[in-house]
Amino acid sequence: MEPLSPLVAIAGGLLIGGAAALLLLLNGRIAGVSGMLATATRIGAGGPPWRQAAAFVIGLPLGAALVAAFVRRPELLIAASPAALIVAGLLVGFGTRLGNGCTSGHGVCGMARLSPRSIAATLTFMATAALTVFVVGHVMGI
Amino acid sequence: MRSVLTALLVGAVFGAGLVLSDMVNPARVQAFLDVTGQWDPTLMFVMGAALLPSALAYLVRRKLTRPVLADRFVVPENAAPDRRLLTGAALFGIGWGIAGFCPGPALAGLVLGAWQAWLFVAAMLVGMIAHRLLPALSESQPAPRSAN
Repeated sequence: MEPLSPLVAIAGGLLIGGAAALLLLLNGRIAGVSGMLATATRIGAGGPPWRQAAAFVIGLPLGAALVAAFVRRPELLIAASPAALIVAGLLVGFGTRLGNGCTSGHGVCGMARLSPRSIAATLTFMATAALTVFVVGHVMGI
Repeated sequence: MRSVLTALLVGAVFGAGLVLSDMVNPARVQAFLDVTGQWDPTLMFVMGAALLPSALAYLVRRKLTRPVLADRFVVPENAAPDRRLLTGAALFGIGWGIAGFCPGPALAGLVLGAWQAWLFVAAMLVGMIAHRLLPALSESQPAPRSAN
């Protein structure tokens, strides 16, 4: 895998954070993907109005497809087996509901306003994710 | 109506940032998490850069009585972490580490030609439904204090 220029990474990060900033100042809402998805699918409640959540969830892959078509075609390298993807998906779905957020809601939005809950959540999922990668990659050797 | 268009635009900008920064690539994310292997710092640059406008927006928010297109800000109160939060975050992290996908990149992956993203998103929705169906968890749950 080729290294990505830090400048490109920073530009992408500014877009992500800029999106979160726009949603807060215009709509008064947190740009958390897991919560938006739960609301859009009507699995969860307590999020933004349904139409906003649905629009966000549709907009995200649209924006991704546009950049992939015109700016930078990403190569997705996925090592996980189908069984591992299913287990991982179940854990991510269940965990983000139980923990009220994911990398965007806690990581980008919550940490930016110095929320103790989001900082604790982010440190926790970073730690268990790093530990998981270590165990899967270096102990189990997958 | 304008707030729905805003949400669509914001979703698109968010997805654009995920592709530009290669956060849609599970191997890139896992390489950041692989602190004892060939570490890739990309995610650190992405998250650091994302925090700047986000933090700025929260500072601007203090000067505003209401958002431009809505009646009020709906932002979680700053409460103390509890066991539910930390358990959920821990489980999420394990899944994130296994697949290299978190919810945003997985949704973006749906249109990037990766069938694995479809399988992951389907399982993720089942996981969300499972959480909703577990009454013991719902009962011990106070009013929604969503930060997601």
